[in-house]
Amino acid sequence: MLYETSPAAILIFAAFVIGVVGLSFFLGRKGQSAKAYYAAHGEVHWFVNGIAFAGDYLSAASFLGICGMIAFHGYDGFLYSIGFLAGWIVALFVIAEPIKALGRFTFADALDSRFNSRGIKLAVAISTLVVSVFYLIPQMVGAGDLIVPLLGLPHWVGVVLVGVAVTLIVVTAGMVSTTWVQFIKGSLLVFFCGILVALILNRGLVVDAGRDSGANLATQVRTVRPDGLVLVDGRPQSREHDLRPVGTIASLPARFAGKKSTGPLGPLEYLSALEDSTIVTWSPTKRVDAEGTHVSYTAVERKGADLLKPGGYFKGLTSGKLADRLDFASLMLALFCGTASLPHILIRYYTVKDAAAARKSTVVGIAAIGAFYLLTLFLGLGAMTSGALDPTSSNMAAPLLAKSFSTTLFAIISAIAFTTVLGTVSGLIMAGSGAVAHDLLENVCGIEMTDHEKVRYGKLAAVALGIVAMALGILFRSFNVSFLVGWAFNIAASANLPALVMLLFWPRTTKQGITAAVTVGMLAALAWILLSADTYEKVYGWSRDASVVPFSQPGLVTIPLGFLVLVVVSLLTPPPDRTISRV
Amino acid sequence: MIRPDQPGSSRLGLGLFWVYVLLYGGFMGIVLFSPDLLSIRPLGGVNLAILYGLGLIAGAFLLAVVYLLFARSDR
Repeated sequence: MLYETSPAAILIFAAFVIGVVGLSFFLGRKGQSAKAYYAAHGEVHWFVNGIAFAGDYLSAASFLGICGMIAFHGYDGFLYSIGFLAGWIVALFVIAEPIKALGRFTFADALDSRFNSRGIKLAVAISTLVVSVFYLIPQMVGAGDLIVPLLGLPHWVGVVLVGVAVTLIVVTAGMVSTTWVQFIKGSLLVFFCGILVALILNRGLVVDAGRDSGANLATQVRTVRPDGLVLVDGRPQSREHDLRPVGTIASLPARFAGKKSTGPLGPLEYLSALEDSTIVTWSPTKRVDAEGTHVSYTAVERKGADLLKPGGYFKGLTSGKLADRLDFASLMLALFCGTASLPHILIRYYTVKDAAAARKSTVVGIAAIGAFYLLTLFLGLGAMTSGALDPTSSNMAAPLLAKSFSTTLFAIISAIAFTTVLGTVSGLIMAGSGAVAHDLLENVCGIEMTDHEKVRYGKLAAVALGIVAMALGILFRSFNVSFLVGWAFNIAASANLPALVMLLFWPRTTKQGITAAVTVGMLAALAWILLSADTYEKVYGWSRDASVVPFSQPGLVTIPLGFLVLVVVSLLTPPPDRTISRV
Repeated sequence: MIRPDQPGSSRLGLGLFWVYVLLYGGFMGIVLFSPDLLSIRPLGGVNLAILYGLGLIAGAFLLAVVYLLFARSDR
């Protein structure tokens, strides 16, 4: 669908970017120590840090991706919400306090705290960079994807805009400004999603929302001709002749018989009424011939009860094949284990004063993130029945849902979607900057640095990473990149979690064991992903059947493999020196 | 390695962790092996898939609060 450019969205977004970059310059106006740059002096209040966790963690994938997946496929998007939140339990109960006590600036510091081994620092720095880059690509591509329909600017402008803004934020005041940007973004995101959900519940369920009675459910065809011209139902696409917005209710439950609308509903009432309603969803079918690529969207009436249970997106759950179920189990395991292994999340533990503050800020983070994920269910279902969906783009579900209420809200939600990208990308650039300057240059290469130089190298690394991020965002533009976040979780969990957990709970862990586990876990997960059916199909464009691994998500195999490698290598190498371990 | 003199995950924290693993694992078990159960509607006309999912999110928060309240005395 073609969208009208929203000057209000441009204005709100510009105000936000100018505001946060201005704030960064203000925060960075004094000279900085390394502790300020890498860890915000270690003095961030636990509450601010908790909300900043939400700003760090809730990426565009969480906001636009989950909302769109629920709007298009029903319940399955909510499985991501469940898995993404569950990972915080590992962070809180297992990782938070020890990682705070053991480390200084980066996650490599913590893993290496008992050994002083260059091997560990090198392996962990590389795994940090790999995970961060995998996470960065979808954020940057997403920024470009958002700017095209919303602001009417070319894709690369969105990528460069986000890249430049984030680099400025990180370079001016490092972790101090990153924390405040994430705090502001986290607050705005949860607050405005709360308002949207209140509006959804207040509207209740409406038959044929946004249309005159007797909705037109005829099949719609979008054709892209070889010369690039886009046709809708055989005629050139324009504002006046475009695909019709979709996503409506065909009939309400019997208890509302004869009514067009339920009126305001409570949260559980809303869900139960939706289960007893009939909903029209649109499924695409693709056909390629000499005239071009045709995608037809056909209306299907579906029972609410069927849309509100798993299996709409994860087809494997209903296919009966064991490999498909293992694939799903593997993803849910990676989400559970991955959160507490993500470098950009872990470095946030160094910004608070002590272990108690780390614990408290994690609980605040869980509250904010949990509240957000509860809201995603209603946002997705609200979009599904809003009558405003674009059948071609699930990522636009949340902004279009807002548009079904008011254009101002549309502008605000679109601007927030951009700021979502800013908050997460600044965290990733910070994590990468620490890995390059503090871990690789200072500790692995042994370059002696004064406090001032540590900051300077950190900032140089941040600029370099910002440029790399922009290049990747433009390069990967046409790729379907949403699954890269899932990969990042798999690689993080396979490389980092076994080492972290065993270091904390198994005294016999050796430095060789940790180095081997991080290296093997990372490479095995990466190799598995590159050989998987999903990658064959979506990245190389080959047949799924040619893939050599039984299912696409590696975690189920590569996380245990990391543990196994750590135990075997540790037992084969001399036990750690007791005198060091008691420090 | 966790020693009494070093801040680390407490026994309470690990206990709560395993409680959550059971809850999360139980849910995944139902989704994978007994999906028909998810369609039953135990409360307020809302099915088990939704209730268990909302419960896992609310439950994580409740366990976190329990930990916050009792963690210090556990040391």
